[in-house]
Amino acid sequence: MLSLLTDRTLLWLGALLYLAGFLTGLVALTKRQPSAGQRTILNLFLVGGWGFQMAGLYVRGLAGGGCPLGNTFEIVQFVAWSAMVMYFFVGTIFRGSLLGLFTAGYAAALGLVSLLIPHWDLVRGQKLFGNNPWIEVHAALAVFSYGVFGLLALTSLMQLLQNWSLKNKRLNGLFWFLPSVVQLEQINYRLVLLGVTLLTISLGVGASWWVRNTESVHLPKLLVTVSVWLCYFVVLLLRWRGRLVSVRFAWVCLVLFCVALLSLGPVNSNRHGYKPVARSR
Amino acid sequence: MDTPSSVLFLFGANHHTAPLAVREKLALDAERAAAFAARMRATPGVQEFALLNTCNRIEVYGVARNPDTLAALRTGWCEATGCTPAEFESHGFSRHNHDAIAHLFAVAAGLDSQMLGETEILGQVKDAYDAALAQTWTGPVLNRVFQKTFQSAKYIRTHTAIGDGRTSVASVAVDLAGRIFGKLTTCRVLVIGAGDIGQKTAQAFQSRGARSITVASRTLSKAEAVAAAAGGWAASLAELPEAVAAADIVTSSTAAPGFVLPSELVARAMKHRPARPLFLIDLALPRDVDPAAAALANVFLYNLDDLAKIAEGNLAQREAELARCRAIVAERTAALWPQVAHSLNRKA
Repeated sequence: MLSLLTDRTLLWLGALLYLAGFLTGLVALTKRQPSAGQRTILNLFLVGGWGFQMAGLYVRGLAGGGCPLGNTFEIVQFVAWSAMVMYFFVGTIFRGSLLGLFTAGYAAALGLVSLLIPHWDLVRGQKLFGNNPWIEVHAALAVFSYGVFGLLALTSLMQLLQNWSLKNKRLNGLFWFLPSVVQLEQINYRLVLLGVTLLTISLGVGASWWVRNTESVHLPKLLVTVSVWLCYFVVLLLRWRGRLVSVRFAWVCLVLFCVALLSLGPVNSNRHGYKPVARSR
Repeated sequence: MDTPSSVLFLFGANHHTAPLAVREKLALDAERAAAFAARMRATPGVQEFALLNTCNRIEVYGVARNPDTLAALRTGWCEATGCTPAEFESHGFSRHNHDAIAHLFAVAAGLDSQMLGETEILGQVKDAYDAALAQTWTGPVLNRVFQKTFQSAKYIRTHTAIGDGRTSVASVAVDLAGRIFGKLTTCRVLVIGAGDIGQKTAQAFQSRGARSITVASRTLSKAEAVAAAAGGWAASLAELPEAVAAADIVTSSTAAPGFVLPSELVARAMKHRPARPLFLIDLALPRDVDPAAAALANVFLYNLDDLAKIAEGNLAQREAELARCRAIVAERTAALWPQVAHSLNRKA
């Protein structure tokens, strides 16, 4: 029985539980007053999905001899897992709101898409980090920050919806469950601050090793990574100075995350000195 | 089911049957209510009773051994309230057994309220029952009926949209403030206009725990008077630019012929606090706030029409649920009535 639980099976179970959570949330939304029981079921699905996903990533980590960030598939899975971790912290602030539903849909979409594109998991790196725990920390923090930016994109989307609803006086239905504008503003600010901090630490750690061997990282990866960091840093700076707020801030965060996701391709295709091997299971 | 020997009765008057002037006359203050209750207790044949006495209804629920007892109780009520039997006939009503239960279920769920679906009535029914229970006026029949009433009201509220949305302009505005700011306790309110509406608005926000209230008016002395009553500060209209920049919620209800808050003034205020939303509530006719202000980022402008439309929409939504609620009441009354009838037979 246990032999059936391969890493991909565990990740499938995780993604399907996220999907079940998303569907439960949707059904709850159709009711006039989603009950506390329905919210509990949604959260149980999310915790279960997160547990299976973590187990799947753990198995792959053991097989790869390090943090499971060996190919696009693993990175996307890790981003979804990180977003869910952040939801467990942030979600308590948004009791009874739509964030659980949004995060469930987002994690399910990332998980399922990555599982349904075999190409992303054809090859994976072995001993990616050359037994250097600092490089591993650098990579894990960088991808975790993408998870934070992913959640930021979701809360930004919620802010856009709430703003549209209030400006156009459409207050019923789905809009009823959105958090307040001020709550969304505050959480967005905190998320961008956290994401930039994590990415800065990650790049700082990476840079301290890069200066010892500047050829270890290819130029496209360097440019893309620094560009993403710089963009988010500027966004944080503008938000702090009150120059980029409200709807414009939300739009920028949403678009920037889409761009950051797309940047994973070039980043991953220029992995530092790893030898791709055929996926073995 | 045969008619039971004892009778579950209800009589009284409410906003459907009696105009305000008559309800005022029929109302039982604490003293008259105590006197009437004493009379009820002393009336032979009265086995249980409870008084539901609110601003919109005076209703007596009880269990009596025979119809003669009921006639004596009605006479007692007329004497207690000073109304004539003819007035009671014109403006009073009565229900028995199954119909009395159905009425109480509907009342507790807010289906019979002047503001359909309001929740305050459930608390009032609970209070009436608690008072009767404390005085040992109730017995097995009314205890069961009231307990089932609370369950039914909770079920209706949870499973239908009868309580969804606010239905008054003031509560819609407060609700919207919650959608924008989360908690009203963090909000600084600026009330422009010290007339009747301004006064009521200031008091409404004060009672809901707003962080601070500033009242601005053309006549500073009037602003000071309203501000003092609401525990706030006064400002003159010349200080509006600073006051708007410092506020989270601005309500305006002056009689000024032009805009008191031009969009340029609002735009300048927003430059000082771009990340903090501004909720503008224009309660004036003609309007005080330039509609162009609505286009500014983080500014949410609602006028009287907007608020009224939302309230009307919510009320229409509640009315659409009424038939469903009535069906639940009928179903639950039908389920309860055989048990109550059995208890009434045992009492006889």
